[in-house]
Amino acid sequence: MYEMDWSSIPGAIPLLFKGLLITFEVTITAIVVGIVWGTVLAITRIGPNKILAKLAAGYVNLFRSVPLVMVILWFYLIVPQGLKAIFGDDIGDIRLTSALVAFALFEAAYYSEIIRAGIQSVSRGQVSAGLALGMTQWQTMRLILLPQAFRNMTPLLLTQAIILFQDTSLVYVIGLSDFFGTAYKVGDRDGRLVELLLFAGAIYFVISFSASLLVKRLQARFVK
Amino acid sequence: MSYNWNWGVFLQPSASGDDTYLGWLFTGLKWTISLSLSAWVIALIVGSIIGVLRTVPNRWLSGFATGYVELFRNIPLLVQLFIWYFVLPELLPADLGNAFKQSNPLWQQFFCAMLCLGLFTSARVAEQVRSGIESLPKGQKNAGLAMGFTLPQVYRHVLMPMAYRIIMPPLTSEFLNIFKNSAVATTIGLIELSRQAQQLVDYTAQPYEAFIAVTVMYLLINVTVMFLMRRLEEKVRVPGFVGGK
Repeated sequence: MYEMDWSSIPGAIPLLFKGLLITFEVTITAIVVGIVWGTVLAITRIGPNKILAKLAAGYVNLFRSVPLVMVILWFYLIVPQGLKAIFGDDIGDIRLTSALVAFALFEAAYYSEIIRAGIQSVSRGQVSAGLALGMTQWQTMRLILLPQAFRNMTPLLLTQAIILFQDTSLVYVIGLSDFFGTAYKVGDRDGRLVELLLFAGAIYFVISFSASLLVKRLQARFVK
Repeated sequence: MSYNWNWGVFLQPSASGDDTYLGWLFTGLKWTISLSLSAWVIALIVGSIIGVLRTVPNRWLSGFATGYVELFRNIPLLVQLFIWYFVLPELLPADLGNAFKQSNPLWQQFFCAMLCLGLFTSARVAEQVRSGIESLPKGQKNAGLAMGFTLPQVYRHVLMPMAYRIIMPPLTSEFLNIFKNSAVATTIGLIELSRQAQQLVDYTAQPYEAFIAVTVMYLLINVTVMFLMRRLEEKVRVPGFVGGK
């Protein structure tokens, strides 16, 4: 039977914490950029311009049908080329940059579907009322539709954020040392992979589970 | 950008000699599909059982099912996969663990990935099954019991046949997800599509061709599954129900 030995974890806490910060950096960037870009995509997709709407739909469908692993690898291939074109050959470590770009653009596709459903869930009469009051299309969208839509979909956006937090562990495929990557490396170094993997799983569980409990409480308050 | 496109690379004999690079891609496709389908069978069976348990009037059983779902939903797929692959063989009794470690590595990878993906997805399927059962009017269950059915019979003959038909659309998207999630198996070295994309980059130095080809294959899987499932959904749709959430 295997003898557990947790002694390599306490010494590795500072390293693991640094990894956790990277995990949060990727998560939060992807949430912020994803929601902003996702809103633009959603509005474009239900907007009056047919060609732009088709393009937005194409973007969303493309990102939603390709595995996240492939998207991360794709951007690890493309982002350096772009950066080299702008900053010259001396660009340093681009793993974090390409992960940030990949997650932001990937999550935008998922967020845009949530936001589109949110906008469409606001009753049609609200748009007509806004227009009848003399507001422009854009004002109606900004002042009437979006505030109500975001209120309705906050629980879904947060649930997606928890999924995203878990998905960031996939930066492992480009060797970025996020929380999971660090845990794996420490375990590999000390020959204590079993303990470190269980520890990483426990930490992810505690964070995601408490976040999902919070979302549930929030949801109970939102539902009238 | 000075990139030399060379689509002919796929027809060149591969580094192993007995195959072309296109052949590598099809090997990857084969593994992706067999991994996803076998994991889907596990997900459907286990997910249905757990989903039913969540709705039964027994606190211990429903508590167990809730714990199961929360456990599998709140740990990243990648971490779960590594736990199945690196941790489980160590925790098994020594004989069994060693026998596992000495078996064909490809089968080790496939077995762990299948189990991991299947159980991971089963937690999601369970949630759909539960919401399907809960969306049925209470009267259905009571009517069944009043007719003299036992509770298992009510589930078997009254609730489940309706619930499955109602949750077809969300099951479709879980089915699509399992193909996408199967790409995570690349991290333990299983030679599925994403792995082959990376190998092609290493061996041919034509990254764009390799990635585009693999991306197109994922798109094709997506379109095919969607087409088949839409037809199935139309066949089984229950009039009057919008279909799950």
